[in-house]
Amino acid sequence: MSVVTLTIDDKLVSAPANTSLLSSIQEQGIDIPTLCHLKGLSERGGCRLCVVEMEGNPRLFASCVTPVAEGMVVRTNTAKLLKYRQMMIELLMAQRNHVCAVCVQNGHCELQTLAAKLGVTSVRYDYMCPDLPMDASHERYVIDHNRCILCARCIRVCDEVEGAHTLDMGGRGVQSRVIAGMNQPWGTSRSCTGCGKCVQVCPTGALFKKGSSAAEMVKQHDFLTWILDGREKKIWHWR
Amino acid sequence: MGTSQKNNGDNERDPRYKGLDRVLKRLQFQQSGLIEVLTSAQEAFGYLPEEVMIYIATQLKLPFSWVYGVATFYHFFSLKPQGKHTAIVCLGTACYVGRSSEILDAISKEYDLDPGQTTPDGELTLSTARCLGCCGLAPVVVFDNQILGQEAPETTVEKIKEVVGGKIPAKAVSSC
Amino acid sequence: MANLAGGPTAGTVKGEQSVMNVMNRQELLEMAQSELDRQNTFRCRLLICASTPCISSGALAVEDAMRKAVEAEGLQTEIEMVGTGCLGPCSRGPLVTVQVQEEPDVIYERVTVELAPQILAKHLKGASVPELDARMLSYDWPFFAKQKKLVLSESSTLNPERIESYVARGGYMALGQVLREMTPEEVCAEVAKSGLRGRGGAGFPTGLKWDMVRKAPGERKYVVANGDEGDPGAYMDRTLMESDPQRVLEGMAIAGFAVGAEQGFIYVRGEYPLAAKRLEKAIRQAERRGLLGSRILDSKFNFRIDIRMGAGAFVCGEETALMQSIMGRRGQPVPRPPYPANRGLWGGPTLINNVETFGNIICIILKGADYYASFGTDKSKGAKIFALAGKVNNTGLIEVPIGITLREIVYEIGGGIRDCRPFKAAQTGGPSGGCIPAEHLDAQMDYETLQKLGSIMGSGGLIVMDDQSCMPDVARFFMEFCMDESCGKCGPCRGGTVQMHRILSKITNGSAIMEDLDTLEDLCLLVKETSLCGLGNTCPNPVYSTLRYFREEYESHIKDHYCPAGVCQFTEKPLRSA
Repeated sequence: MSVVTLTIDDKLVSAPANTSLLSSIQEQGIDIPTLCHLKGLSERGGCRLCVVEMEGNPRLFASCVTPVAEGMVVRTNTAKLLKYRQMMIELLMAQRNHVCAVCVQNGHCELQTLAAKLGVTSVRYDYMCPDLPMDASHERYVIDHNRCILCARCIRVCDEVEGAHTLDMGGRGVQSRVIAGMNQPWGTSRSCTGCGKCVQVCPTGALFKKGSSAAEMVKQHDFLTWILDGREKKIWHWR
Repeated sequence: MGTSQKNNGDNERDPRYKGLDRVLKRLQFQQSGLIEVLTSAQEAFGYLPEEVMIYIATQLKLPFSWVYGVATFYHFFSLKPQGKHTAIVCLGTACYVGRSSEILDAISKEYDLDPGQTTPDGELTLSTARCLGCCGLAPVVVFDNQILGQEAPETTVEKIKEVVGGKIPAKAVSSC
Repeated sequence: MANLAGGPTAGTVKGEQSVMNVMNRQELLEMAQSELDRQNTFRCRLLICASTPCISSGALAVEDAMRKAVEAEGLQTEIEMVGTGCLGPCSRGPLVTVQVQEEPDVIYERVTVELAPQILAKHLKGASVPELDARMLSYDWPFFAKQKKLVLSESSTLNPERIESYVARGGYMALGQVLREMTPEEVCAEVAKSGLRGRGGAGFPTGLKWDMVRKAPGERKYVVANGDEGDPGAYMDRTLMESDPQRVLEGMAIAGFAVGAEQGFIYVRGEYPLAAKRLEKAIRQAERRGLLGSRILDSKFNFRIDIRMGAGAFVCGEETALMQSIMGRRGQPVPRPPYPANRGLWGGPTLINNVETFGNIICIILKGADYYASFGTDKSKGAKIFALAGKVNNTGLIEVPIGITLREIVYEIGGGIRDCRPFKAAQTGGPSGGCIPAEHLDAQMDYETLQKLGSIMGSGGLIVMDDQSCMPDVARFFMEFCMDESCGKCGPCRGGTVQMHRILSKITNGSAIMEDLDTLEDLCLLVKETSLCGLGNTCPNPVYSTLRYFREEYESHIKDHYCPAGVCQFTEKPLRSA
């Protein structure tokens, strides 16, 4: 496998060709914010939080969907990027009803953690306060659209890992919504195997196990590499 | 997913399913033909009833959520029945500059409808379009597939009244 | 997601297995000659524009009246009636052209059912009809004289529903020449030499793109013509597909030969049923004659074209979203790289060009790259079709050399602003473009200049606004459009368009404060720089360009609750005082 050299935040690093810029950045121990990315799933490039500046190019690049290239000079943490990332988090917060104090995920939520890390203390935009339902028809899990950030991790894991494709995205634009089957109550969908992978990968409190009260829900993302490597490579990573 | 046996009895009786089968066959049941199939279903049924979408999903061997996701992504597809008559007001740039929004307001007021809604008696559906490519004739209204050019609020309402009848006082119910 | 494998099995999507005939060059020439001979048997030809705008102004009724008049006089063998493609001045329809042998052509505007028989009386019997004389359009009229028709050169005279009509005007000669005399490399080089750039908006050099697809490794390649013309106020592609469908097909076939593809798709916007119908007819006729399909023009080249209809999604004009839609999925863009040239439809290298780009190919092959490159500016060659609309006297479809000034378009071709009002701004590029104010009336219409002014060439919509148009309101209109059309995949575009629309609504209803302008500007930059696809990258342009040129108008809305154009109604009180 050929190797390329690139510069990340003034540091010369090498990486195997055809890998993503994000993986090189993370390998350097740089804490770059991500939401839709999750190791083990296909890249979506949707949240745009992992954007980086590239020397000699006026555009910004989402590092999760940008392959490394020889001679790349990348900056991951400039004032402009920080400002944009804060704005993106604020836009997400304004879109649905993210009320941390009464959320099962409080304290373990990726959106909340990122907001804190990026110094988002208030939202400058109008809250849209959409009137969204909660679907508790499934015997074990609940989907609360009020907390959903449309990262589509649940949809991807359901399609790519479980293979059931019970979940998909319905509607479009800001009206997009994660749907089960024919937009039917989740519990009535015949394709759902009840595996719970969607719940485990959800970064916020949009998907949770029944019976969890506020701040109880802890999710395990690393089961994905566990089963995927187990199935494909017969290697099981114990943590 | 398993195949759905639901409604199969009905399908044999409803001739519209036969037309759907012809399209499916012509497209060789390829999953990439989903949009074509949905389009012909919409034409045959006037909208996309749930059982039709289930039928299409079953025939193309696609997950339900996939079909539903595609059907709700595109403007053309409607999951609710449409009215007997349709009035589409173009809100493209040239029409907007030509004040087509006033025409929309006039119809909307006359029939107490918001764009996308149908009157309770199922007579008229009001909707909007993003440019019909008749900018030379702006502002444009399409009433029952006929393009009316260089319209004004009063003339349009008159023309619609001639076909649909006068004001319908009850509040509109369905929205798309 | 998933299911990437498994494209359509070659050449099967559309049913109707017509018998594939093989036609060679000699037979093509014979076909052209016999059509010309047939046309020459008529003393007079009546050409009635049969494109959508003229049909909606009553062209079909006029045609009917004329047919009846011809039959009443028993002149069926002497007069041919032809429904043609678009002439251009669409607001003046129905348009009728009279061609009498050995006499110059005459065009009449706004022909009515009553006037139709009078045309016959005037031209065949020499009657004097003052009403008709008043409706004559001269070829010296700046609307015609200032144009340079390279793509639409034949559209006003040929019958889009008969392949013979196209062949008689030199149709499929370019494809024949390419198949007989050129290698794929040479075709790509010729297109590159012409300086043709993508007509979809971004202006990527076409020859370079073709060469990339040609060189890309892959067993099965595809050619896609993008006819998903979503910009409100633009209808160049529709007109081309309706008026001269064979030209687009021939251009695609040449592209197929150049890049090594055997399957083409033409993606037609769902709102254009007439264009789809004519294209379908054109494909069927070409296949029956062996001009598409297997062993085209007795060569080893096979090329099929299938139509895919859009279903109402603006974002499908973006190439990756368009490919998703062709594959029957939600039309959401996919991050690039990989570019479609390397991995497109079903993983195969895919060439995507606008239908207008394909329309330019014939001219380049037949007349040579040097001839083509003699039009336009240093960096932008050839001619561009614009849809001229808004508050000008002459609206319609025009094809002008790139580099013409905005002033020439508005005041000469467009005949000035309606009711002699002052020019305020011209909006190019639809929701992705910007407004050009009066001080830049002398700007050249080319890719670089427009970009410098904060707009884009776009697909070619050009809407002229006078002092009765309110800029914040126009910006709000476009943002509403983008908000509705955002696919929702990436966060900045999904949330940003909604918030920008909210702020613009507040400005136009009087509840905004000055700080909102800063928030708005910040959002413009965020959405522009961080969105996933072209829709998000360009959708702040209308806001940004109006803020740049008409800032005082925004401020007067916010501070004084005064709309200089008299459009906005200030119903709301500011929530917070400034």
